[in-house]
Amino acid sequence: MSISLGKDDKGAAEPDRANGDEQLPQRRPGVGRRMVDAYLYGQTWVVTLLAFVCALVFGAILIAIADAPTRAASHYFFQHPTDTLSAAWKAIAAAYSALFRGAIFNTNSLYSNGGVPIFLPISDTLVNAAPLILGGLAVSVAFRAGLFNIGVQGQLIMGAIAAGYVGFAWHLPIGVHVIVALLAGIVGGAFWGGLVGWLKARTGAHEVITTIMLNYVAYYFLGYLLGVSGYQAPHSTQATSSFIDSSAQLPNLFQDLHSGIIVALLAAAGCWWLLSRSTLGFTLKAVGANAFAARTAGMKIERSYLTVMLISGALAGLVGVSQVLGTRHVVTQDVDGGFGFDAITVALLGRGTPVGTVLAGLLFGAFRAGGLAISSYTTTPPDVVSVIEPVMVLFIAAPALVRGIFRLKGRGGGSTVGQLAKGWNG
Amino acid sequence: MKLELRGITKRFGPLTANDAVDLVVEPGEIHALLGENGAGKSTLMNVLYGLYEPDEGEIVVDDAPVRFRGPGDAMAAGIGMVHQHFMLIPVFTVTENVMLGHERSRLGFLARRRARREVAEVSRRYGLDVPPDALVADLPVGVQQRVEILKALTRDAKLLVLDEPTAVLTPRETEDLITVMKSLRDAGTSIVFISHKLNEVRAVADRITVIRRGKVVGTAEPTASASELAAMMVGRPVQLVIDKEAAKPGDPVLEVEGLRVVDTYGVVLVDDVSFTVRGGEIYAIAGVQGNGQTELTESLVGLETPAAGTIRISGRAVTTMSTDEILELGVGYVPEDRLHDGLIGSFSVAQNLVLDMHDKAPFATRGTLALGAIERNAQQRVQEFDVRPPVVAAPAGTLSGGNQQKVVLARELSRPLKLLIVAQPTRGLDVGSMEFVHRRIVAERDKGTAVVLVSTELDEVLGLADRIAVMYRGRIAGEVGADAGAEELGLLMAGATDDRTEPQGGAA
Repeated sequence: MSISLGKDDKGAAEPDRANGDEQLPQRRPGVGRRMVDAYLYGQTWVVTLLAFVCALVFGAILIAIADAPTRAASHYFFQHPTDTLSAAWKAIAAAYSALFRGAIFNTNSLYSNGGVPIFLPISDTLVNAAPLILGGLAVSVAFRAGLFNIGVQGQLIMGAIAAGYVGFAWHLPIGVHVIVALLAGIVGGAFWGGLVGWLKARTGAHEVITTIMLNYVAYYFLGYLLGVSGYQAPHSTQATSSFIDSSAQLPNLFQDLHSGIIVALLAAAGCWWLLSRSTLGFTLKAVGANAFAARTAGMKIERSYLTVMLISGALAGLVGVSQVLGTRHVVTQDVDGGFGFDAITVALLGRGTPVGTVLAGLLFGAFRAGGLAISSYTTTPPDVVSVIEPVMVLFIAAPALVRGIFRLKGRGGGSTVGQLAKGWNG
Repeated sequence: MKLELRGITKRFGPLTANDAVDLVVEPGEIHALLGENGAGKSTLMNVLYGLYEPDEGEIVVDDAPVRFRGPGDAMAAGIGMVHQHFMLIPVFTVTENVMLGHERSRLGFLARRRARREVAEVSRRYGLDVPPDALVADLPVGVQQRVEILKALTRDAKLLVLDEPTAVLTPRETEDLITVMKSLRDAGTSIVFISHKLNEVRAVADRITVIRRGKVVGTAEPTASASELAAMMVGRPVQLVIDKEAAKPGDPVLEVEGLRVVDTYGVVLVDDVSFTVRGGEIYAIAGVQGNGQTELTESLVGLETPAAGTIRISGRAVTTMSTDEILELGVGYVPEDRLHDGLIGSFSVAQNLVLDMHDKAPFATRGTLALGAIERNAQQRVQEFDVRPPVVAAPAGTLSGGNQQKVVLARELSRPLKLLIVAQPTRGLDVGSMEFVHRRIVAERDKGTAVVLVSTELDEVLGLADRIAVMYRGRIAGEVGADAGAEELGLLMAGATDDRTEPQGGAA
């Protein structure tokens, strides 16, 4: 039997180790038996999957309610219930197939223009997934060290400001430019995150308070910069920066798919190493799990708060990099694109592990890409898709709810997300 | 009240915590329930108190079967419970605490005077001396416990369950409690006394039921010898007396001089403490919990910054060193609260076994954990210290108290030590684990390590120590040899002046 350091080394699909009471050596049961057990005992991944199903069902109900023909038919529901149901079915099917076409694979493109845009939906998904994964990692890493980083938004704005400035104001050789701009983004985010860690280490200021306040500071600082000559684009009346030099842009992998996703996957691999293989990660996790025992074992709690917030801020800074150097090529007031708060949702869904975060980021990236398709192909308001994400996390944050709905034999215990949701006094 | 438990079985998944337990408590009897930790005593009492529903079996009160759906039902049937951790509100007075949850009012006003009268009357009737208007926070632990008992009695409890009541008491307070228990019994109250301390059980019980691994293994009379009871409890003969040779003290290893620790409110917790511990001897610091021992040990390992004084380990001043630097000098530390300070419950046994060495060779190379070395170390330690279950990947929090302590001890003893500091090493451990822990501590001493033992258990101190200091209100009240009598120590622990009703606050 091999030991497992950190729950994340086998990925999110691994049954929760904390549930593995029966780890005595035994014959490995068959696949079918294990699936049934996984279902019955409400393993982590089963709960996640069922939460996804619940959220889709909930979304379907909203789609039906938002659909005008369905509502009209429902007035005579008791005379002709089938009318209502078929109208609802039509609306739901149209919306979800549009979601699929927008996010994964557009079946129409097979027959239309030569199959070029066949990869467009998946590329949209990956472009959206990159900042979600990076932001999710930022929240996850901090969480594993016992800190609840609500400040991804502020940190990514600072990263975007720094990366953007290097991108448009410095004119460096090809190859060097993009790397320097990327590093500037990391430093910008790490500075803003490190400030939180430093405040906590020195004064004990709670990171939830400081990160939220620093989000405002970063946001209005950006607003100020966009009106100052030197940052604002010359001769522009708009609150926008100049365009990033092409030498500073993240190179495209394929048409509109920039290499932000590669950055995100490398960062995820780095986080995996950090959390499950490095001595630093061991210390951070120990502090997160039991700061008293960590201190008794000679670990330096304050230093670990500072370190993890530097790392978390750096990851958040990469979100800004992906936005400015990859997607938008310009710094504007809405550069954060809502990724700062979606990052928390992604980390919750990914249960604080790097592999889980990557999967959650891909899923939410697909929702973001597909949400656009829903609004262009159907009459369903795209808000419905936006609601699915938080509902899903709600179901996960309250595993007892899902266990109740599907009558799983719950094992009371708090999931990572449960802890994360309770993490306010962390 | 006559209470019968018939064939009580309680299962948690595959684990059977109580297996067809039969227990009869006659009216006016002190019935001791003796068993190791994890034997199922607490589960049984929680079944009785309505916190768990039994899977099989029934509870019979005065020959009528009853069913408790919650503590309310149990209380209504006349069963009162005094938990190990008191359920009192410190900023309320004794009267307020007693009436809490049972408030009677007139025209919307609390009937305080009536409640106060009731408290005074019940305390007089049973000889339970409590000041009705004092704030609970100002009372010594022994009196707080009496408030808990009083609370149960004012609710007409005819059967009292006392869950490890002596764990928090001084020897003197324990004697007082025994007197109270006897007078309650004489007044007709039945008492179930849960304990794993053999001497107390023998001193107070009318009958003893021993349970092991969820089953009743037998009953005994209080005249049974301690070793007979211990053997029944553990299932094999146990050595109760610690077998050790005379110490061969070497050079001074730990020198403490004029140590003073002050908390953030300016209260002096450790007051001008000086002592020296030599290699190869066990220096015990005895005393009732909360007299500065915790702060003293924490400042020895750099977890607490002393306000004044010096600490030297092997001649090096460590007063301003950080914890990791001090541990590096060859100091092993077993903290008093193992799950709070000694272990990380969600980490595996293997990870916990390298908690303070994870970044050092052979467990890490250049910032990367050497998982193979960590695993091999864990397998070896688990075998050497007989940790059960021997699963190195199991989260430490799932182990029993005794096995958790073995993990902490295994970790601390796996480095070459000059000084070993153990605080309450056997708190909450069963007799079997206790014997093991004691043997390891003596073995470490015999290797020439200086050992500081902090303990509130008189038997442990007398059995292990080569020299004994007693702490009282932050000071060392006296230092005696290993041949000191329990009486002498008991007096020192109570401050020698026998004046325990003043609020504690240090000698500032």
